[in-house]
Amino acid sequence: MLSVQNINVYYGKIHAVKDVSFEVNDGEIVTLIGANGAGKSTVLKTISGLLHSTTGSITFENKELLRVAPHKIVPMGLAHVPEGRRIFQAMTVEENLEMGAYVAKPSSVAAHLENVYERFPRLKERKRQIAGTLSGGEQQMLAMGRGLMSDPKLLMLDEPSMGLAPILVEQIFDIIKELRDHGTTILLVEQNARMALKIADRGYVLETGKIVLSGTGTELLNSPEVKKAYLGG
Amino acid sequence: MSFLSHLINGISLGSIYAIIALGYTMVYGIAKMLNFAHGDVIMVGAYVCFFALNSFGLPPVVGVLLAMLICTALGILIERLAYKPLRAAPSLAVLITAIGVSYFLQNGALLLWGSNSKVFPSIFNNAALHLFDGQLTIGVTTLITIAACVVIMIGLTLFTGNTKMGKAMRACSEDKDAAILMGINVNRTISVTFAIGSALAAIAGVLLCSAYPLLQPTTGSMPGIKAFTAAVFGGIGSIPGAFLGGILLGIIEIFAKAYLSTELSDAIVFLVLILVLLIKPTGLLGKKTVVKV
Repeated sequence: MLSVQNINVYYGKIHAVKDVSFEVNDGEIVTLIGANGAGKSTVLKTISGLLHSTTGSITFENKELLRVAPHKIVPMGLAHVPEGRRIFQAMTVEENLEMGAYVAKPSSVAAHLENVYERFPRLKERKRQIAGTLSGGEQQMLAMGRGLMSDPKLLMLDEPSMGLAPILVEQIFDIIKELRDHGTTILLVEQNARMALKIADRGYVLETGKIVLSGTGTELLNSPEVKKAYLGG
Repeated sequence: MSFLSHLINGISLGSIYAIIALGYTMVYGIAKMLNFAHGDVIMVGAYVCFFALNSFGLPPVVGVLLAMLICTALGILIERLAYKPLRAAPSLAVLITAIGVSYFLQNGALLLWGSNSKVFPSIFNNAALHLFDGQLTIGVTTLITIAACVVIMIGLTLFTGNTKMGKAMRACSEDKDAAILMGINVNRTISVTFAIGSALAAIAGVLLCSAYPLLQPTTGSMPGIKAFTAAVFGGIGSIPGAFLGGILLGIIEIFAKAYLSTELSDAIVFLVLILVLLIKPTGLLGKKTVVKV
């Protein structure tokens, strides 16, 4: 479904992503794990067109994404829930969700909204509330709900567990599994490697911009290198 | 009764400032830049209307519409040619460019239309409302100016609150990258903002010259600076703030002229701005910048 081949991304002189290649197949949860600053978010931003790779290619359903205007990537069926949620703080919950459906057919918005409210009943209760006043967990749900509003084939989630209480983290990961079971392909970036690998079909380990390991979720969970570096022994 | 009369004149002048300030504040909100050429777009709008009426004998409504149309195109063109290439440049470079565009428009007008002041025709008939046995006289121009401002304010509030494009503008002004991730075409949204701001500038130009009928290439610059002041006064980036700031500034200016000193009225206006900013640096209705984690 998504194929990333030999991308290189620079922040000024800093070589943030070095020759990264990986694949996401239809119906999978694929996770990119790695320490802070390993380049995980940079990879996602490059896929959604916020950053540019000087080399290689990124294809989504056999269409090249590099050099496509970034706002034209969402309509292709790819949604990106950014790190730090980046919800529109001054807008209401429902307006945030409407923005998520900006590229959707107007006739389908009501149905998408209903789906999201069904999955996140809390958002429905708070639909008229200003998004900036939501709790951290609710804001994460809103960010994910907003991402789902375009009815994406591939949902990219950047650090959905960041700053959340353990019980909420469990809840978010359950929802990610549910989404996959309903046919949405997931590309998950996480610092919480244990949780991510538990639900992932496959994973890649990024270290200072390079992919150093890959395998199924279970393989990586049991790999001595991963255990030592990311799972606390 | 003269107090009431000054108040109404103040609201009327303030309405013009408010309409101009809306353009400043919307552009600032979305493009995070101060478009110092905005005042000169007002002047262009007034000239277009002047020639439509005087040289082509068109009806005033057509003159106003033509001014709006040409200013809209001008606004989009300025953004496209002067500001868009600088989207990633430091804000100081954009500011200097905006000042450059301002001088370009003023000197272009000087070249095209000469330095002699034109006397702007009265668009609205000079009828006036006489109230309280003729003790209070309110000109029709005054009333129309206030009404136009109220209609524009309500229209913009509905637009940004209820339409897809209006909401996209709010989304862009809050977080451009997040807006892109929604599939919003940020460049187009910025264009639309410039278009709306410039169309409003055209209306402001016609209203300004209807109230103060001397038209010359520098006509827009002082009202432009005052409207910018009004936008900062009300809280730059805030639409209700521009409205409130504009109206208050107009009232303060007229009261200062009437009761204190005509010569010092501008100084008083800016003194009030400085005091407000000392007490509340974000302006009356401005929001604190949200620090992103």
